[in-house]
Amino acid sequence: MTVQRKSALLHLGVPLLLAALFFVLPAYHMGNLSRIMVLAVYAMGYNLLFGYTGLLSLGHALFFAAGMYGLGLAMHLGGVSPAPAFLAGLASALVIAGVTGFLALRTTGVAFMIVTLMFAQAGYLTVLYFGTYTRGDEGFVIPQAARNLLGLDLTADSIRYFTALLLFSVIFLWLGWLVNTPLGRAFVAIRENEERARMLGYDVQRIKWYAVTLSGLLSGASGAAYALLFGYAGATFASVQYSILPLLWVLLGGSGTTIGPLVGTIFMFYLIDYASSITSAYMLAAGVILVLLTMFAPGGLAGELRRRAVPWLP
Amino acid sequence: MDLGPYLLLATLEGAITAAVLALTAVGLSLVFGVMRVVNVAHGEFFMLGAVLSWFVASHVGGHPALGFVAALLIAPALAGLIAAAADWLVLRRIDYDPERTIVATIGMLYILQQGALMTFGPDARPVEPPFNQRLALPWPSFEGGFHLTWPWGLGTTSYKLFIIVAAVSILCILWAIMARSRIGLIMRATQMDGEMAQAFGIPVERVYAFVFGLGAALAALGAVLIVPVQQAHYLMGGDPLLLSFIVVIIGGLGSLPGTVIAALLIGLSDGIVSVFFSPTLAKIIATLLVAFVLILRPQGLLGKRAT
Amino acid sequence: MTDSKTPLFLRTRRKALKTLGAGTAAALLPGLGTYVQAQSSEPVRIGFQVHRTGIGAAYGRWYDRTTQAAVEKINAEGGIAGRPVEIIAEDDGTDPKRGAEVVEKFATQHNCDIAFGTLFSHVVFGSAPRAGELKIPYFVVSEGHHVASGALNRYTLQPGITDVKSQVQAMAPFVAENLGKKVTMIFPDFAFGHDHRDYFSSAIEAQGGEVLEMIAIPPTETSFTKYFPKIPRETEVIYHVMVGPAVLTFVKEMGEFFGPSKPEIFGFIDSLEAVDLSSPGLEFLEGTYFWEGNPRYAQADQSEYDKAYRQAVGVDENGASVSDAKDISTYAHMFGCWETLHIVKAGMEAAGYSGTDDRAALIEAVESMTEMPLSAAHPQGAKMFNGKTHQVFGHQYISKVEGGKLVLQHTTSIEDTFYEDEVDYTTQSF
Repeated sequence: MTVQRKSALLHLGVPLLLAALFFVLPAYHMGNLSRIMVLAVYAMGYNLLFGYTGLLSLGHALFFAAGMYGLGLAMHLGGVSPAPAFLAGLASALVIAGVTGFLALRTTGVAFMIVTLMFAQAGYLTVLYFGTYTRGDEGFVIPQAARNLLGLDLTADSIRYFTALLLFSVIFLWLGWLVNTPLGRAFVAIRENEERARMLGYDVQRIKWYAVTLSGLLSGASGAAYALLFGYAGATFASVQYSILPLLWVLLGGSGTTIGPLVGTIFMFYLIDYASSITSAYMLAAGVILVLLTMFAPGGLAGELRRRAVPWLP
Repeated sequence: MDLGPYLLLATLEGAITAAVLALTAVGLSLVFGVMRVVNVAHGEFFMLGAVLSWFVASHVGGHPALGFVAALLIAPALAGLIAAAADWLVLRRIDYDPERTIVATIGMLYILQQGALMTFGPDARPVEPPFNQRLALPWPSFEGGFHLTWPWGLGTTSYKLFIIVAAVSILCILWAIMARSRIGLIMRATQMDGEMAQAFGIPVERVYAFVFGLGAALAALGAVLIVPVQQAHYLMGGDPLLLSFIVVIIGGLGSLPGTVIAALLIGLSDGIVSVFFSPTLAKIIATLLVAFVLILRPQGLLGKRAT
Repeated sequence: MTDSKTPLFLRTRRKALKTLGAGTAAALLPGLGTYVQAQSSEPVRIGFQVHRTGIGAAYGRWYDRTTQAAVEKINAEGGIAGRPVEIIAEDDGTDPKRGAEVVEKFATQHNCDIAFGTLFSHVVFGSAPRAGELKIPYFVVSEGHHVASGALNRYTLQPGITDVKSQVQAMAPFVAENLGKKVTMIFPDFAFGHDHRDYFSSAIEAQGGEVLEMIAIPPTETSFTKYFPKIPRETEVIYHVMVGPAVLTFVKEMGEFFGPSKPEIFGFIDSLEAVDLSSPGLEFLEGTYFWEGNPRYAQADQSEYDKAYRQAVGVDENGASVSDAKDISTYAHMFGCWETLHIVKAGMEAAGYSGTDDRAALIEAVESMTEMPLSAAHPQGAKMFNGKTHQVFGHQYISKVEGGKLVLQHTTSIEDTFYEDEVDYTTQSF
């Protein structure tokens, strides 16, 4: 079997496996998986920028929150129905990512980390500052009755699961395709050696801007879907913590692999969930495991898998 | 309050923020400069300094000054030792790879934070200042001939002034060590070219552990100075990390003078911007200002182009 | 556990307990007979969403202790309709996302009968939608106005603690009459602070007072002196409500700012929950006033119920842990856990609750409650529950710092805390 065939099978197999899991998993894990699939979209968006293009942002919570509040405020204040509200979420993430990318890409390396961090911090404070509309840290609930898409009740467990799966699969497959297109290869070229990519005639600045904008758009899609499916938007999701999470998910799962973000998100979720059931010091356990993983599985879980067993992993 | 005295007050408050920030950020800058890694757990070493300071001070009886001096000696040393041990056990084994160091230090952040919660509890803990005289400050007035007035609310405390003096002295000592002593020379050599330093027989690994410990100790020292004004709390590490991170980058990577200047700039602007805008808006503006400084001058204030 | 382990005060008190209101009466009857039955029955499983880590940890610890004490008492008295109560605690990290996950865990993995205990209002907001979808009754102890505002759903109730809107508006008459009419407010710039801003400014205006200046402090702030010059000179009263670990700094710096000549100062004890009033720098608070949800220091006219409750939780007469005088409780809030659990018991017994199929009946039983007299189940004071808004109303306490202790000055009536209904949850379907 050729590498392409294997890769295509994997990309089709993951959504199918997730769909099959719906029928075997107990209710609790099914609910968790709905969340994980939505958050994995965030991780995949982050991976596009960090894992493939090599740009480390510390401000992705800004994009996640842009999607979340784009949808949330449209529904909460504007009474808009979910489909156009989701588009509003995407649009606000797109615009904010586009502008942030345009400004932040004037810097590189650690300065880029700081500038994105600063923009995200300003975004977080802005949510608090306009507390009259956003209800600040407390946030607001999107009523169950309003969360209804094309006649489907998004708050029903099965519909929520398959909506999350649909979103995840579309983006997962699209990214699997994208990384093999000329644009995707250009991203990797920039990650590997920016100078060489420039010499080869790539418009590096423009390609990086595409990466930031696309990555922000996907993060926004995740934020909007999270608010829609779980009925809540709040400032916590715009805080620094939520900028660091996708970095962890991606690094743990394996950056620069298409499957890594999902693996990392699942791993981190169950690490915390399991550790918290045996000790209240679950962050301690999470910390120790993070340290151990960096020492013994530096490429992340999927990266380690690729190194040891399946070298063709995309 | 009139604008003049208000500005003076805000500047003084900003100077205290700047003093502690400078100490903390210089610690991060040293680590960054010499080892080329980002220590995400830096803020937690600050927190550790504060919490240890409370622990030591509350176990030393007598005059509050005794507890404070004991804390000043013990807390930074302990924080430094813990950091050096973490470096030896973890960072050394991952070859100081920049990305892996970020994850590893995020792990350390969780471990330290949770460890502090479990051992010292979730409450905010005060430390009594060794002295704390309230000082009213004068303001010149020219109405009806020059004379001094004592505007309402314009004042500070002797301890707050001491923080500024102490931070400046510590920074001067540090500068002298870096510029004049043998260990300073070794650190600078390692910073310039680690491999070359190794070739010349410098035990680079030990230098790294020392620098990592020193960086943490400086953060802890900043915390010991500030706890009598603020309080020790296990979640207090977030802000110092963000701020010192910003200061290091704005100042220019690896440039100690740049770091100090940036700390002054950020500390003071935080105070002064708050005079003119509503508090949260002031924070937003100050944050965006920092971002735009970097966008316009990506290498930082005293950094060199293209690193 | 045997009945001989029941604290003496509970056994001797049992007669008095029986004189309670209709809902609670049935709850308190069981004797040894039902106890035997209790051992053979499935326990009532209560999912306890607790802030063990994160910014709410100081509160979470005491919510935990109060909850354990209440469950021990309830079980010693025969449990709920003869069934023992089992607490399943999960840390939510004081995070709304994790909060929702924890509620889901209670409902779908632990098979809990109800979820209970949340304090921080963003966690309530994050979790309540999931509780509504999973149809698990969610009893919060948060003092937020979220429940009564109508923003949540029929499965979310707050029967054990009063909400911020009623607390705040009940303070205005006392402030205007005794302290002054020109007020400057200092509050954190997030939703909790905005509630204070909005409800107090309208309540003080109704009393003929005015708010001169509103100073909203960003939540991440650690030093405050630079904001104090914004306080107008003609201010008669400063109204402050800060939360988080920086409050000690806030009070100290306010003292240093004003020096010897300070205006009257009125604050919410939320600022100093779990904080020792004898901490260095807090001498400045001498002579200032505080709202208290429940008086931290045992007052001269302390009720026997407060005494028993204090002893059961392990709090001394200064509001500190009996085992560590430096470990200060969150006395103004944690009674809510105790009272809520007793209401759950009364509700389940009134509804004939036998399992998760009866959840709707439990909610209806609680909705039909009204008066809750001062009793062992309600040691903070008498209350009035509004079944339509799912919110309880009760007395508020105003104390003054005298000799480093909080001394009760004024107790508001329950009527002082009433406001018009903003929602009728009973019209929503289950």
